[in-house]
Amino acid sequence: MKSLVWAFCLSCCAMGAFAEKAFVSNERGNTITVIDTESWQVINEFSGGNRPRGILLSPDGALLYVCASDDDTVRVFDTETYEELYTLPSGPDPELFVIHPSGNPLYIANEDDNIVTVTDTESHAILEEVPVGVEPEGMAISPDMAWVVNTSETTNMAHFISTGDFQIKHNVLVDQRPRYATFTSDGERLFVSAEIGGTVSVIEMAENGTPEVVAKIGFDVPGVLPEWLQPVGIKVTEDGSRIFVALGPANRVAVIDGESLDVLDYIITGQRVWQMAFTGDGKYLLTTNGNSNDVTVIDVAKEKAIKSIQVGEQPWGVAIQQN
Amino acid sequence: MPRFLATALPVALSMAMSWTLSLALSLALTTPAAALDVLAGVLRVDYPSLLPISRYDLRPGDLGFAGAILADEDNATTGQFLGHSYETVTRSATPETAEAALEALLQQGVRFVVVDARGPELLALSDRAAAAGALVFNARASDTALRDTECRGNLLHIAPSDAMKADAVAQFAIWKNWPEWMLVAGSNLTDQSLAEAYRRAARKFGAKITEERVFVDRGGARRTDSGHVLVQRQLPVFMQGAKAHDVVIAADASDYFAAYLPYHQWDPRPVMGSAGLRPVTMHGAHEAWGATQLQTRFEKLTRRVIQEEDYNVWLALRVLGEAVTRSASTDPEVIETYILSDAFELAAFKGQKVTFRNWNGQLRQPILLYDGRITVSVSPQDGFLHQVTALDTLGLDRPESNCTAFQGGSQ
Repeated sequence: MKSLVWAFCLSCCAMGAFAEKAFVSNERGNTITVIDTESWQVINEFSGGNRPRGILLSPDGALLYVCASDDDTVRVFDTETYEELYTLPSGPDPELFVIHPSGNPLYIANEDDNIVTVTDTESHAILEEVPVGVEPEGMAISPDMAWVVNTSETTNMAHFISTGDFQIKHNVLVDQRPRYATFTSDGERLFVSAEIGGTVSVIEMAENGTPEVVAKIGFDVPGVLPEWLQPVGIKVTEDGSRIFVALGPANRVAVIDGESLDVLDYIITGQRVWQMAFTGDGKYLLTTNGNSNDVTVIDVAKEKAIKSIQVGEQPWGVAIQQN
Repeated sequence: MPRFLATALPVALSMAMSWTLSLALSLALTTPAAALDVLAGVLRVDYPSLLPISRYDLRPGDLGFAGAILADEDNATTGQFLGHSYETVTRSATPETAEAALEALLQQGVRFVVVDARGPELLALSDRAAAAGALVFNARASDTALRDTECRGNLLHIAPSDAMKADAVAQFAIWKNWPEWMLVAGSNLTDQSLAEAYRRAARKFGAKITEERVFVDRGGARRTDSGHVLVQRQLPVFMQGAKAHDVVIAADASDYFAAYLPYHQWDPRPVMGSAGLRPVTMHGAHEAWGATQLQTRFEKLTRRVIQEEDYNVWLALRVLGEAVTRSASTDPEVIETYILSDAFELAAFKGQKVTFRNWNGQLRQPILLYDGRITVSVSPQDGFLHQVTALDTLGLDRPESNCTAFQGGSQ
């Protein structure tokens, strides 16, 4: 089976550049929608297991990993044939995960069990279970690969886990219900969104080597009740100049200046905007909109929504091949 | 570094964080955490009562206490990263032994007490606790007066008032365009004060009570074998000939008749309030906003489904845990000041943060409307606006409260 997979990968790579595809997990529809990022057409929809949420691709774009939350497993699909190849042990109720830039291992947040599971993508074995705070959710890996960060929703912390010995070295308190974490590409800053707190914490390493909150970004939209400004997904442009924050039931993505950390604009999207991903060239940002069953395409340079694409029921996450 | 600090200032201001608090917070984050041991107590007063109409409403022996065990686990998981430990002592008592039970807790050094009791006992216990410098969390008593003229400076209300729950039902009825109500109340004092909460809610939101009836409590058992035969013949007659109404509002705080109302009316109308669609803080099927995780943690621990009493106690101790985490103190005064400050916020599986009214000590929270199986809706409803927060459309608002025991209260 495994040799087959490798054969497939090789043949893909040998074919050269394949068309870029975006994969959207539909939490309620139990499907994965495939979108061609040139034509913005839906080209396929296939079964994704029960309650697919977290979704990501192997670094070479050949494998699609999906957290099938209600199946307590990670399902692995071929990105060309859309066939399910095998499943990986994930621990119970996997929701969000990150992959090591080398393609191995996966770091998976288990919301029900207060642990982060580290799974080897080659041997398919669980390497480690790291106890963290209550309801682990957001996961990020630092560009230098030294840290995996997990956020716990009821403990309200970002836990800094060493990728070397899987021990928690630092804990940083943030606002209520931290959902998502992501580093800038230079690794200087970590952003953590707090859904109920309504803020994004900006975390940097102090000179003594401990992370600390250096700023908090708040949101304000006239005519929208403050309690509905619930930051969830965060994406930062490669050069760090812009930060995009999905505001959930406020149906908007905030555009933030990477230097001043000022909120510059709010882009109207579909309803309950949740997770986001850039296309490989960084020109477009796709958002999943769980209550309007669509994906909004944002032109990154123009900071405008240019298209919405109907997908499956209650889209949750999105991953895009990076050619 | 200084660049980012400069940008942090307006953000902190816009979040209305007090400077001293944000300073304390940054200190807590940068200095090594000091070890703290948090000792709390839960005092449950059990009243002599008849068996409930439905076996589903039987009170398990660990009712409320189970919420304390879960809260200790949740708080301890967070506390382990900060060097904070949590221990909660649970005690049950009769109305007669409640004061002695409180005394024992205070003797043990407990200064944070969650009380699950009715209004009169709660007030007596709160006053005794105040003398010992202890902070009390009300997990049960819904008397609106406790948030009004009878409020206490050391008494914080986790449980919603009758006024909050009645407003939650009223908003849904108005949203549905069901403005004409038939109010059926019990004859006991608590039933009558609940009925008054619904009259007040009707006035507040523009509903009209077209007919009022009192179902007299004649005592006796609440259910008998094949008792439904009589109920089916008697209740429709009691409900016959009412003026036109869209909905029946049941005010039965003593739980002796409301459960029989649905399907036994003369006119086919939905029932809300004490039966049919009921306002609750939590129920075992609530899954939105991450509540599934709360349910599975609770069920793993107790092998039963969560009830309101468990959630209320859990929430009280989570409020305490959150305040300890952020203020790095176990001093009841510091903790209460933090809880009542603008900086306090907590996620409680209700879709928005819960905070406190600093003028009467009441926790603001959305109210679930529950039909016995699922969350039908959540109040406040869309379109009910308020200058502070939509949550303040539920219950006594600041200008209506005569509470003066708090700094933020009316003078």
